[in-house]
Amino acid sequence: MYGKGLRTLSLATVATMTAALALVFFYAPLEAEQGFLQKIFYVHVPLAIVSLAGFVIGGLCAIQHLRTRDQRWDMRSYVAIHMSLIFGLGTLITGSIWAKGSWGHWWVWSEPTLVSFLIVFLLYATYQPLRFAIEDPERQARYASVFAVTAGAFVPLNFIAVRLSTAYLHPRVLGSTSNLPGPMALTFVISLAAIALLYATLCKYELTAKHTRAQVRALRRRLAGEHEFIPERSRTAAPRLAPTPGIGAGSAGSGR
Amino acid sequence: MIGALLAETPALPLHTAGKYVAGAYVVLFALVLIYVAIMAIRMSRVERELGELLQEAEQREPLERAPEAGQREQVAAGSLPESAQSESTAV
Repeated sequence: MYGKGLRTLSLATVATMTAALALVFFYAPLEAEQGFLQKIFYVHVPLAIVSLAGFVIGGLCAIQHLRTRDQRWDMRSYVAIHMSLIFGLGTLITGSIWAKGSWGHWWVWSEPTLVSFLIVFLLYATYQPLRFAIEDPERQARYASVFAVTAGAFVPLNFIAVRLSTAYLHPRVLGSTSNLPGPMALTFVISLAAIALLYATLCKYELTAKHTRAQVRALRRRLAGEHEFIPERSRTAAPRLAPTPGIGAGSAGSGR
Repeated sequence: MIGALLAETPALPLHTAGKYVAGAYVVLFALVLIYVAIMAIRMSRVERELGELLQEAEQREPLERAPEAGQREQVAAGSLPESAQSESTAV
């Protein structure tokens, strides 16, 4: 169910990533001020944009979960946030490397863009411990969805607040892409598409893996029969996904 | 071929910025690689679990077939009463 189209998506990701790297190193011209160091822009900024968009998508999926009570939306929200955290970590590390090369410091605390992104990252870093702290799966999913919606709303607000601040060193990218020379803008757009595709592929991969595990557990339960005791898996932060109907017919909904 | 390709490169990391750019791109690939490695470990666990289930199902199959086969033999030999024979044929 979740694995459908994964192969095509993976191939598209590899092709776009290759094209993006080729454009970055063989096509995009050197920036006048920063020179070769500016090449980090093509990985750092797309990572940041995709990461923040992923947090918002996680919030939207959480709204759907709260509306429909469908476990699959909770799973999508969880995976979107989980993946955004990984991409967010990439943003922070690449940003620090760029800052060191450009400003001579790994981190500048007076810079609102950096600090605000760190705040968003740390906020979402509490998502998994929150889930882990709640044992009841239904309550866990509900509370996690409320968290995802609230934090998801905070992301664009935070973004706007930072843009409104005047004292900054950090270069503005969104809204000024048209100021980039043609080859640079094209390279940036392809890089953004590549990172977005990578995000989508990894999300789909994770969803497929989780669904497969749920199906295996349902199959084990089915084979063991209702009368036999199967030890429950230890507490987990991951949502419980129901297996595809037919596989775990005797234990629908348990999906662990 | 590679020499010609490198000659065409607008900027090679031959100056101080090179290590920073290389570092940033290595970070991205390291993150993806670590993630894929973790997923591979998880997948191998699922594979092992599936193997166990398959083994369990194979072990169970002869046990489930044995009583049915025994009943069929008894019916063929005529050792089962008529009622039991009709029941077993109905099954």
